[in-house]
Amino acid sequence: MTDTPQVLFKNRRPGETAFLAEYQRSGGYEGLRKAVKMTPAEVRETVKESGLRGRGGAGFPTGLKWTFFPADQLGEKYLVCNGDEMEPGTYKDRELLLADPHQLIEGMLVAAYALQTPVAYVFIRYAYERCAQNLERAIAEARQAGFLGRDILGSGFACEIFVHRSAGRYICGEETALLNALEGLRANPRSKPPFPAVRGLFGKPTTVNNVETLANVQHIIAHGADWFRGLARTESGAGTKLYGLSGHLNQTPCLEAPIGITLRELIQEHGGGVWQGRKMKACLPGGASTPFMTAGQLDVPMDFDTIEKAGSRFGTGGVTVFDETTCMVEATLNLNNFFARESCGWCTPCRDGLPFVSWLLRQIETGKATMDDLQTLRDQLRNITGTSFCALAQGAVGPIESLLRLFGDEVEDHIKRGRCPLKS
Amino acid sequence: MNALLTETQLEEFRTRAAEMPHPRELVIDLLRAIQNNCGWVPDEGVELAGEILGLSPVQVEEVATFYDKIFRQPVGRRVIHVCDSICCWSRGGEQVYGYLQEKLGIVPGGTTADGIFTLLPTCCLGACGEAPAMMIGLTTYGDLTKERINEILAQERQAALSPLPRGEG
Ligand SMILES: Cc1cc2nc3c(=O)[nH]c(=O)nc-3n(C[C@H](O)[C@H](O)[C@H](O)COP(=O)(O)O)c2cc1C
Ligand code: SF4
Repeated sequence: MTDTPQVLFKNRRPGETAFLAEYQRSGGYEGLRKAVKMTPAEVRETVKESGLRGRGGAGFPTGLKWTFFPADQLGEKYLVCNGDEMEPGTYKDRELLLADPHQLIEGMLVAAYALQTPVAYVFIRYAYERCAQNLERAIAEARQAGFLGRDILGSGFACEIFVHRSAGRYICGEETALLNALEGLRANPRSKPPFPAVRGLFGKPTTVNNVETLANVQHIIAHGADWFRGLARTESGAGTKLYGLSGHLNQTPCLEAPIGITLRELIQEHGGGVWQGRKMKACLPGGASTPFMTAGQLDVPMDFDTIEKAGSRFGTGGVTVFDETTCMVEATLNLNNFFARESCGWCTPCRDGLPFVSWLLRQIETGKATMDDLQTLRDQLRNITGTSFCALAQGAVGPIESLLRLFGDEVEDHIKRGRCPLKS
Repeated sequence: MNALLTETQLEEFRTRAAEMPHPRELVIDLLRAIQNNCGWVPDEGVELAGEILGLSPVQVEEVATFYDKIFRQPVGRRVIHVCDSICCWSRGGEQVYGYLQEKLGIVPGGTTADGIFTLLPTCCLGACGEAPAMMIGLTTYGDLTKERINEILAQERQAALSPLPRGEG
């Protein structure tokens, strides 16, 4: 079934972690060896040509992001890897770090060389203690082997990588909140501009990238930009993607497949179809902040532009499926409760707006809402959209907007009947 | 109550803080170390962290109170974090939460009378492929059923009662 080239998951075995010996047997650190013989600008250019887009949710082109970074400027500057991974439905970074931590370490070293950052941090969420330990071991091994530390592979380039263990809260994954968290400040987001590339960690130029994004970098250098583009099935896409399946499926694996695989293939072939012989009603294609898609959209290729055209977002590649017995109001209420609780409290549309939205959704779900409440819900969405200080609240709006757009009848049915139509 | 930090830890943190250009970045490490020793972070812990890092207690407090995995109140020896996010919800997470409350005889936020378990909700643990899931201390348990929960609780209870150093949580 997986005739897809395995790039990031090639060393993945159930219940095991590949460390240096195994990693090197399959070509590990060839990317770094090659990178340090190139100029940093050549490495950046190759990444730009590869078409790699950020795997942390927003899909920003990585090479382009790196052009904003003053790589040639001397002095303090930082690379930060975002391993907060707390968006419900997303667990790919965890699977990668449990299986093969050197994938990230090598990727970070190549990125650090490209950006000329002598110091890099990996920000790891509280629940990923084993990932943190794997990374610490991988860092020690890489140092021993001369891949990390002073004068890496005789190139004169020096880089240290530190692991920062966090203590909860989804907002820490927002890149500017993450920088505050790393500095030991309360993790509210910062205003942008200035962007981290200008004023980031400790006020110095900083690039923040996702775990999976960085892990792709050394493969791009080792095999070339064209090879990377060729991995994807869509014209504009590039690379493979780690997809994490969850929800009402017979199987819920995390797997590596091309960008551009269809939802149908993911759900039918890799997920074994919807569980209990039921039909699919909807799915979140890329995490809790991505608008729902329906069973009629199964042939949409999984890529940034194609999913966006279909009314949602590619997000993180975590696909959560809901069967026909699911009440979409209740599912949306669960999603919104998450965002409301994880709000950092900094701005009013999010801190006050999201709990109010949860209250309205609960009124609808329990059959107590009126048509006026539905209008209030619409007003609330309008009030939150574009007014929040960071993207957390905007992410919360995604599922609700799609609930009203795709399942409006089901919502109204709750109000008309005075109860949830899906519960007897 | 145990010492906030062991002599060795205290020395190590002081040395690191003195060497680092931005000692404040150690605040979470420090709070977690204190919590690992005491089970939670008492006021004295906040003050000590501030003293080591050259911060006022309130500068430490505003960080400590931000995080849901830093406890500023006493908790049981083992904190159970039950995932209540969407993937676990879709696969019986609410039943798991209900069963734990029934089995332990406590409501969310409560601690068992013997002081062993505290029960709290948490957002997604990144165990979406093994939903429903919970985390006890720093260990994630997935594919939960009533039988599995019974076994896990028995194991964790025994580990909590043994005199060996306990895991963080
Ligand atoms: C509320 C919120 C949470 C986020 N959480 C994460 C996360 O856990 N991991 C991540 O890589 N990006 C997360 N992001 C996106 C980051 O802000 C940032 O765009 C990303 O780390 C950039 O990396 P990339 O370009 O490699 O994807 C989050 C964004 C928001 C608004
Ligand atoms: S949108 Fe929410 S999370 Fe973001 S700054 Fe405002 S309150 Fe904080």
